[in-house]
Amino acid sequence: MAITDLPLVSAITFVPLVGAILIAFIPRDSVGAIRIAALVTALVAWVLSLFMLLGFLPGRPGFEFVEVAPWIPTFGIEYKVGVDGLSAVLVVLTTTLTWISILASFSPIQTRVKEYMVSFLILEVGMIGVFVALDLFLFYVFWEIVLVPMYLIIGIWGGPNRIYATIKFVLYTLVGSLLMLVAILATAFAYQSGHGGDWTGAFDFESLRAFAATSGFADTFQLFAFGAFFLAFAIKVPMFPFHTWLPDAHVEAPTAGSVLLAAILLKLGAYGFIRFAVPLYPSAAHTWAPLIIVLSLIAIVYGAIVALVQPDLKKLVAYSSVSHMGFVTLGIFVFQPQALQGAILQMVNHGLITGALFLLVGVIYERTHDRTIAKLGGLSAPTPVYAAAFGFFVFASIGLPGLSGFVGEFLTLVGTFQVSPWAAAFATSVMIWAAGYLLWMYQRMFFGEVTDFLHSVGHHLVDLRPIEVLTLVPLGTLVVVLGVFPGLVLTVVSGTVSSVLASVDSASAVNLAFWQ
Amino acid sequence: MIFDVLIPLIAALPLAGFALTAVVGRRLDKEAHWLPVGMVLASWVLSMIVAFSALTASGPFADGGYGVKLWDWIPAGTFNVQAGLFVDNLTACLLIVVTTVGLLVHVYSIGYMAHDAGYWRFFAYLNLFMVSMLILVLGDSFLTVFVAWELVGLSSYLLIGFWYRKRSAALAAKKAFIVNRVGDVGFALGIMAIFASTGTLDIRASIEHLISGAPLAVPLPVIALLVFTGAVGKSAQFPLHVWLPDAMEGPTPVSALIHAATMVNAGVYLVARANPIFGRAPEVMVVVAAIGIFTAILAASIAFTQTDIKRVLAYSTLSQLGYMFAALGVGAWTAAIFHLMAHGFFKGLLFLDSGSVIHAVHDEQDMRRMGGLWRRIPITYWTMLIGAVAISGIPPLAGFFSKDEILGEAFKNGFLWVWAIGFVVAGMTAFYMFRLMGLTFWGESRVDPEVEPKIHESPPAMSIPLVLLAIPSVLLGLAIGFPPEDGLLHRWLAPVFEETEQAMGRHAAAYQFFGIDGVLFIATVGIAAIAIVVAWRIFGVELLGLRLRPRRELATDATTANGLTRFLYRASLNKWWFDDLNDLLFIRIGGRVAMFLWWFDRTIVDGAVNGIGALTGDAGRGLRRIQTGRVQNYALGIALGLLVMAGSYLLIVGR
Repeated sequence: MAITDLPLVSAITFVPLVGAILIAFIPRDSVGAIRIAALVTALVAWVLSLFMLLGFLPGRPGFEFVEVAPWIPTFGIEYKVGVDGLSAVLVVLTTTLTWISILASFSPIQTRVKEYMVSFLILEVGMIGVFVALDLFLFYVFWEIVLVPMYLIIGIWGGPNRIYATIKFVLYTLVGSLLMLVAILATAFAYQSGHGGDWTGAFDFESLRAFAATSGFADTFQLFAFGAFFLAFAIKVPMFPFHTWLPDAHVEAPTAGSVLLAAILLKLGAYGFIRFAVPLYPSAAHTWAPLIIVLSLIAIVYGAIVALVQPDLKKLVAYSSVSHMGFVTLGIFVFQPQALQGAILQMVNHGLITGALFLLVGVIYERTHDRTIAKLGGLSAPTPVYAAAFGFFVFASIGLPGLSGFVGEFLTLVGTFQVSPWAAAFATSVMIWAAGYLLWMYQRMFFGEVTDFLHSVGHHLVDLRPIEVLTLVPLGTLVVVLGVFPGLVLTVVSGTVSSVLASVDSASAVNLAFWQ
Repeated sequence: MIFDVLIPLIAALPLAGFALTAVVGRRLDKEAHWLPVGMVLASWVLSMIVAFSALTASGPFADGGYGVKLWDWIPAGTFNVQAGLFVDNLTACLLIVVTTVGLLVHVYSIGYMAHDAGYWRFFAYLNLFMVSMLILVLGDSFLTVFVAWELVGLSSYLLIGFWYRKRSAALAAKKAFIVNRVGDVGFALGIMAIFASTGTLDIRASIEHLISGAPLAVPLPVIALLVFTGAVGKSAQFPLHVWLPDAMEGPTPVSALIHAATMVNAGVYLVARANPIFGRAPEVMVVVAAIGIFTAILAASIAFTQTDIKRVLAYSTLSQLGYMFAALGVGAWTAAIFHLMAHGFFKGLLFLDSGSVIHAVHDEQDMRRMGGLWRRIPITYWTMLIGAVAISGIPPLAGFFSKDEILGEAFKNGFLWVWAIGFVVAGMTAFYMFRLMGLTFWGESRVDPEVEPKIHESPPAMSIPLVLLAIPSVLLGLAIGFPPEDGLLHRWLAPVFEETEQAMGRHAAAYQFFGIDGVLFIATVGIAAIAIVVAWRIFGVELLGLRLRPRRELATDATTANGLTRFLYRASLNKWWFDDLNDLLFIRIGGRVAMFLWWFDRTIVDGAVNGIGALTGDAGRGLRRIQTGRVQNYALGIALGLLVMAGSYLLIVGR
């Protein structure tokens, strides 16, 4: 039996659920056992996903490992999952960061460990589900599942202002996703009426995409459906001006929550654009693209400049995320192969690098219970390994060539340049701003003399512990490997890129004259 | 093919040195230098083999160069960049300078950094720099060069900020990186423009396409200007020159290696490498020449009044780099590279000498607390004197030949203004160098009396590199630059620049010693000699038994003579206020803008979000009052509702 015959994708998706259920049976006092069980579960999912990536055939535009089972046959809703290059890469990113996050939570999380670990594993189910769902209804279900555990993670294990932050996060996301649900249903109706009232395939991504390719969806309909999807995804990315929930959520979230929020949750929106919004409504995508490009450019520079004046470490990294994710949306909506490949690579890199930066911020927070940059200083001397690790990821985030961040950004810019040199020039200026806010932060944290505040922390101020090194080493390794051999990701996603661009290229922008 | 292994090894060996030292260096403690120095020595040997093979056009180099492809770095459809290295005669020349100075600086550092707690870290960083710089000159695509371009920036950042506890060092490191990035934005856009226009980033293939006359997506002069922007940043030309003087916060070996002999030459190398593009954009060439010669005189004027020995040398470096860009701008390609090589050796020497001086007087850098050192540290004094004579352009030392060629070609190519300013700068250079010599070595000792008895010559690890660097500072010109404009170097670099020179319509006229070239020669040497004599009169020396009383008051008189000189003196002392201007623009005004945007983000953007939330809440609270729990109110509501419904039915449907 070939590996492709195994329900591998379902296995990866639901292993964490099984783990979560098993953990429910462990007594809550056996904190060690709960932690180990959670870690082992996440590692199993990780190994399975690596197995999938290895067995994955790169460069083919179609979906592999597809599993179909009827779910709500009346409306043609199916349980349909499968992966293409993009999904495969993002699933592996998710499983990697999940076990790292769980490992990173061992020491900081001491209360309600059982609920915490269960939340994390269910969060993983939702995230993987979003990346593998090929049925729009199923996609929506997974999309909303993600909200619940994150709501709890911020709301229970978060900082002092956690209730405000988590309610803002959930309500804001919910506004977008409810509109998306309406658009999904409207799309299914449009498909069904276009097929003589037959519901078969009305929620199936592949048949919807085929329908879209034959100009099945009316232009006006596309504009509104795309608009609804746009709002949902733009809030999730988050794009300017829908980004203000992000700094609040990051500041209040526990370290591992911030890691997954930045590394994976932000990618859900970008993934939604690439997978659904653009191929299903290509004409509307053309119409909306100029606006989205402008918003992306604003996000890139605005996020970086606002990051320059942040007094709080986590807020600084949060605003840098706004800036970095601007590259992703820019790369998607210039509809150019290099730019889209760059955008996808940037998604992976941002996951690795920003994930690591949040881990590193967590390290100092755990020791000092403070994240105010002004109180830190001179950390190079007492904690040299921490300084080296932080410096490594700071330069990765700056986009130093040789590390992965550079290739994604540069490909996006090269692609953008061919469409609009001015847009590329504007975005390239972030090279200066990014160096500004990151080196400013690094200098204030690590150079100079050790501050009085840090002296008062005393013996708690220890260098990286082995477990912390263990969480950072895999990310650092990937950052180097993907910087030197970005082809590892680029070739796997090339099939997705060509299929997405094929759907856009065959469409032309909606003629807005119908408004008159 | 043996070179398929040798060429990558040149860069790979220091990379291994960096990686191993970074991992185990801390444990090696004071023995940490063996591995990095050994790797650079091996790299130097390989470089010499490769450079010799290339310059003699032997073996695979017979066809203008030899390249090695390593792996498909970025395979993104039509954008396919391979990691590859390429050696031609231009690269060979740079290899000689980079690895020779690099090796000697490594050896020197064994002595200079001996008592530093971060000994191993220093050598790890130095090796990292060597890798980056070697990739920069070896890279065969613009993107590979850009990678190295950024990596030398990183090593520079790490080394300037090496003594990170010092706030000034930390600030200088950050400043260097960020100011460089301004230029890098231009370079990056230039690379994008090259790809958009040619579909490749391989240096030779893309240049061939750019100059083929085919229609381009981006006009050639724009590409040239963007690439030049990168060069301006890395080579610290006006207006991005502000980072280099501050970079002197790094340990002195770093100043010698990175901020004098190698990295700052990267911009000159880049423009020379892209010479076919620049040669076909004469308007950009004028910009290059103007920026170069302006930087030359601006920096020389600042060097006049600085009292920190390393800062004088830093401004001198800016000024000499300006000469090189002026040379590139007037089309004196070979002269630019010639000056690059000569300057690499004598400025490397001068910096290491200054380090030796600083070492001797126990970390004092202020020349006002030096003086009379020449008998105490003779090796340092005599080697530094050689460097000073070389940079002043006195024949037959290295600097004379290269500078004379630059000025001569500027004159003969019709750039009289470049020649005129360059001529003045030649005099200024000789003056500020001998001011430095005078304040440091001549006259009475002003050294702290406590330090005075402890002044000592540096250990052999430091003094031997000084002597070794003095040799090329003396002989390089005679060896590769003589006879003028027809020396070995010209023959080596002819394949690189020939085609561009023809395209520019330049015909090499024979060097006329008894003609225009002789006149220019006498003029340049004359003004340098006069400047040296003036400096000698002011700062005094006992030389060859000739004792003269220093006349320091001459300098004071001159700077306070009238309003103009007083202004010039203050301008020079305050570095023409560029740092103040940048502080105003980017820190104060820029900071305000950033603070405003953050306020905007919290109050307007987030305010809108919270406003909508609050509005919903208020609406809910308002509507809640309807639910009073009294049956009478509900009955009234139902009755009103019925009325409205009935009324609307009658009005709309019933008509």
